[in-house]
Amino acid sequence: MSVLKIENLSYVYNPGMPSETKALDNINFEIDEGTFVGVIGHTGSGKSTLISHLNGLTKPQTGRILLDGKDIWKDYENIRDVRFSVGLVFQYPEYQLFEETCYRDIAFGPKNMGLSEEEIDKRVKMAAKFCGVTDEMLAGSPFDLSGGQKRRAAIAGIIAMMPRVLVLDEPCAGLDPEGRELILSQVKRYHDETGGTVILVSHSMEDIANYADKVVVMQNGAVYKYAPTEEIFRDAETLAKMGLGIPDVTKVFIKLREMGVDIGTDVYTIPYAVKTLLKYKAKKEAEKNA
Amino acid sequence: MLKDITIGQYFPGESRVHELDARIKIVAIVAYIVVLFMSTNVPGLALCGALVLAVYKMANIPLKLLKKSLKPIAPLIVFTVVLNLFFISGEGDPLLTFWKLKIYKEGIVFCCVMVCRILFLISGTSLLTYTTSTLALTDGLESLLKPLNKIHFPVHEMSMMMTIALRFIPTLIEETDKIMSAQKSRGAMLDSGSFKDKIKAMVPILVPLFISAFRRAEELATAMECRCYRGGEGRTRLKRMTITKKDISSTIIISLIYVCIFSLRFVFPQVI
Repeated sequence: MSVLKIENLSYVYNPGMPSETKALDNINFEIDEGTFVGVIGHTGSGKSTLISHLNGLTKPQTGRILLDGKDIWKDYENIRDVRFSVGLVFQYPEYQLFEETCYRDIAFGPKNMGLSEEEIDKRVKMAAKFCGVTDEMLAGSPFDLSGGQKRRAAIAGIIAMMPRVLVLDEPCAGLDPEGRELILSQVKRYHDETGGTVILVSHSMEDIANYADKVVVMQNGAVYKYAPTEEIFRDAETLAKMGLGIPDVTKVFIKLREMGVDIGTDVYTIPYAVKTLLKYKAKKEAEKNA
Repeated sequence: MLKDITIGQYFPGESRVHELDARIKIVAIVAYIVVLFMSTNVPGLALCGALVLAVYKMANIPLKLLKKSLKPIAPLIVFTVVLNLFFISGEGDPLLTFWKLKIYKEGIVFCCVMVCRILFLISGTSLLTYTTSTLALTDGLESLLKPLNKIHFPVHEMSMMMTIALRFIPTLIEETDKIMSAQKSRGAMLDSGSFKDKIKAMVPILVPLFISAFRRAEELATAMECRCYRGGEGRTRLKRMTITKKDISSTIIISLIYVCIFSLRFVFPQVI
């Protein structure tokens, strides 16, 4: 059963004005419960507009968003519940911190949900653990933290709502490699341990390749392809032509193939690369022996 | 909703209105306001309106935008109309009476004139920012206010502050929009509840907004410092403002129109 389904979604900015631009063009796809979906596309391909539809921040001009098979705009009164079910982490989420302490900031979402005091406390601690926010940080002001710590505290604020679908818009923008790795591995751990659905928006192929089960490739406001990750990377050359940076390891394999080595190019992570190379080596040795 | 604010926005173009020297534009707008309030008869007002429309046409600014910029002042107009409608008393019998309120013919006429004035005032003055880049605008203002330097008024600093303020209006609006979306995603209720609740709901938006505004100010100050900015003294311009022949002819045309509108005052009977 798909948890989120997007039907014929289109969106035009400034309709009827000289600056009219088509942001989304008839988008259709569904996301199964518990999958880790990557959304990838160029700047301006409509990624951010798409995800602002998912939790009802933007009302679709045409088309529908179905959460558990129910149109989220059907009863407008319950749009807040939709926002608790689809947790959206914005780009640069650290700029939305406002409370005196990290604890209270993370508790903002759960408090709005009207949960009991104990439940809020439990959730804040749980979310803080997932995001690597220490007790010391929880008690302090969020504005005393470093950039990466602030961002993790902000993400914890969404995770504390325990959304069924966690949507992250470029959670690693402007972070150093270590910070990226930390946040992504924490999101992955959250996904693995809670079994929640995660949608990760990024323009870095490397991030998507390492974590996503399925990938949506967006181009000019339309879905270019929606398929399991291996399948997407089998087509790596086309992605490269679209101007999307493909992972370095995939580039190596494409080059190898160009050099005449009979090897697949659907390699996108290091462990898989090692496996493929070893398999290739064994095959070569077997040929030699025979 | 917040994106609808068009005050202080600039719409680039290459029309004659855009090209007109900023100083002339500023003076022309000030003169326009004076003329608008001096014209107390219907033909004069009509001519003012026609002038504004013609300039919009010349500047290639879509009228849809005009509609959008007038929308926020609708409450002001309603307020003016309601007040004037009931509180202007005229001679003769009232046209309508209910309870203690009486509506006179004079009241209705006065209301129409007031509404026209407000509409023409806003649409006319909006033209200045629509067709002039903030840089040109503040340069023009600085140049016009230069005489005040003699009495030690910090003209350059004032105009620099204005440039920065105008420059950051769209940025801050965008920022507010983003923060509102982010807090809404966490279940913040911004448009329901009692007045007290609404005020309370503003905190999660205002705090991040202030913090980011201060952060931006600091970054900008550092950037200016890095480029050795040290105020107006001895500062020269890359683009010097010069009055061209086109500017002069435009000025003459505008002045003639103003004189026309003004002199209608002596031809037609005054309405108010």
